[in-house]
Amino acid sequence: MKIEILGTGCSKCKTLYDNAKKAVEESGKEAEVVKVEEIPKIMAYGVMSTPALVVDGKVKLSGKVASVAEILGML
Amino acid sequence: MLKSFADYIVFTIIGLVPGSRSGESLNFFIYDTLKIFLLLTTIIFVVAIIRTSFPPEKTKRMLSHKREYVGNVLAALLGIVTPFCSCSAVPLFIGFVESGVPLGVTFSFLISSPMVNEVALIMLWGLFGWKIALIYIGSGLLVAIFAGIVIGKLKMEKYVQDYVWEMQVGNAEIVEQTFRQKIDYAREYTLELLKKIWPYVVIGVGLGAFIHGYVPQDFLARWAGRDNPFAVPIAVALGVPLYSNAAGVIPIVHALMEKGMAIGTVLAFMMAVTALSLPEAIILKNVLKNRLLAVFFGIVAMAIVCVGYLFNAIL
Repeated sequence: MKIEILGTGCSKCKTLYDNAKKAVEESGKEAEVVKVEEIPKIMAYGVMSTPALVVDGKVKLSGKVASVAEILGML
Repeated sequence: MLKSFADYIVFTIIGLVPGSRSGESLNFFIYDTLKIFLLLTTIIFVVAIIRTSFPPEKTKRMLSHKREYVGNVLAALLGIVTPFCSCSAVPLFIGFVESGVPLGVTFSFLISSPMVNEVALIMLWGLFGWKIALIYIGSGLLVAIFAGIVIGKLKMEKYVQDYVWEMQVGNAEIVEQTFRQKIDYAREYTLELLKKIWPYVVIGVGLGAFIHGYVPQDFLARWAGRDNPFAVPIAVALGVPLYSNAAGVIPIVHALMEKGMAIGTVLAFMMAVTALSLPEAIILKNVLKNRLLAVFFGIVAMAIVCVGYLFNAIL
């Protein structure tokens, strides 16, 4: 599984990244969490408010920070 | 009720004399802080819930291929309810123009969204009353509509950074949130915002209270009163670097108005604080060439100065 955190490097993006890491750890699943900071890549997903969370190429959330529990529900 | 609570704390418990400078300043501070935090908590929460129904993706669809005038008015109005953070100004801008929202209409949105924001409105309502808050909304919308129309007429599309037009924008499905999720979001948003702005509010109200109690009446009338034609442009110029401190600036300005600053000057200053900011300019430089950035700042600043003169003349 691949989880991407879209955002141009604001503090919220960092929080979302950390939460996603924790969620993956708790779930025990095999997943890679990466940050995506380049505008063209972010735009390719059609996301207009950052941070956003993408799981296997599908936008699950944009414009807010999700809690660890919320992200667990998306995996 | 808040007033009697503040009176009770200051004059009964602490034992300061009503009418004394220290007593009046402290009373003013406690009353204003309580009132503003009550208003902030309730209204930010309600606004956050409303906003969950207007994600930017939806706003974009409503504005795409809209004609000028109608599009500008709609964009300025949607700017009030669509959540906006200057950190996502770039994806927002690209998303708008790529999906066929005209440049001028995009600008109407970009101007109104940060200017007509809930924190500024709550502070204005709490300190200046609902009439001034409404005038602020009305003239803020007018500035956004007018500046957007002018930028649209100037045909400045070639001054948008070239890569913006070549960008491939995907179509994200919007995941509808449940009511429970909306409430959770609003609660977190309110807490987060309060955490960020409370020091500014306390310091701002504190300085305002000091001015209220210690600065002589009519102290500013000579420099910032309605008879000084330079007061409005100077207020606008001072407002640009004060971004993000709207919560702290309004209580100070409120106290300055008591000491003779004219109302139009106050409004112009407030608008400059919220609408024009250096950090936003730096972010927008990623998508705009210098010429368009300068035109954007210039037109908005001019429109705000006009609003200032107008209200100095009629109020």
